[in-house]
Amino acid sequence: MPESLLTIADKSFSSRLIVGSGKYLTNDLMVQALEASGAEMVTVAVRRVNLADRSTGSLLDYIDTSRYFLLPNTAGCYSADDAVRTARLGREAGLSNWVKLEVIGDEKTLFPDNEALVEATRILVKEGFVVLPYTNDDPITCRKLENEGAAAVMPLGAPIGSGLGIQNPNNIQIIKAASNVPVIVDAGVGTASDAAIAMELGIDGVLMNTGIAGADNPVEMAEAMKLSVKAGRLAYLAGRIPRKMYATASSPIDGIVGS
Amino acid sequence: MNIVLNGETYKTDGPLTIGRLLFHLDIDRRRIAVEHNMNVIKKSHYDSTIVNSGDAIEVVNFIGGG
Repeated sequence: MPESLLTIADKSFSSRLIVGSGKYLTNDLMVQALEASGAEMVTVAVRRVNLADRSTGSLLDYIDTSRYFLLPNTAGCYSADDAVRTARLGREAGLSNWVKLEVIGDEKTLFPDNEALVEATRILVKEGFVVLPYTNDDPITCRKLENEGAAAVMPLGAPIGSGLGIQNPNNIQIIKAASNVPVIVDAGVGTASDAAIAMELGIDGVLMNTGIAGADNPVEMAEAMKLSVKAGRLAYLAGRIPRKMYATASSPIDGIVGS
Repeated sequence: MNIVLNGETYKTDGPLTIGRLLFHLDIDRRRIAVEHNMNVIKKSHYDSTIVNSGDAIEVVNFIGGG
């Protein structure tokens, strides 16, 4: 069955799974996991070049940019100014004007600062960026982000790296129903069923990093996530049965032996 | 003269271009971005942008992230 494409701004991706490149024990393991995930878009962080130790090489020595579309993030930024500055650097270091916009409001939860996020989105859209903001699972904030020109909205399923799964599926569905841009669940996925549940809500894609990189076997988990995102999407398109309180027999009730 | 390079004091023989600074640092300019006094410098301007005493330079690249 042909899978429909994930289209964001002017680009289409055949995979609805977007993966991060952080937290892997080795770059080789990361490369294998990227491959197993089937993802075509990979997030990266923008950081100072380590001038004291140049032995580690560049991440771009490992990620084939003809195969993967790089999405620089603004992780670790706690103000709109820092996020805008980091986005501009990411654009110059990379090959595109896309950014995964993060403006963090709190160290412990890594929840976004909504007000600063909306402001940074406004600035970057005006500068010609394709902005994909990581946001709370709040429909009103998502609406504001879309109004400012965000190319997608990326509500969290649960706190970054928590592996708690989709904590408020109802809000995610409300966001999807209200949005005219793609909705990507970003963060919180712990295992394959979480990704499937997210996709069954009808959203457009899932972005994850720790759920794969932190697994005992990241390469196998990457494949599991690939399959679960596909399975969840197909189940959504297929249309699930309604939930009922009582049983409905699967076998005909006529012709039962002894009746 | 001293400049502030990635947050730390760095000595140079005198004013120099960003291109020259990157050469000294043995950094491949294709894979990085440079900020000069808070302004991102396009790669095409590396060899015409002069770094003077006290200037702040940030040199960044991509690392693994989510």
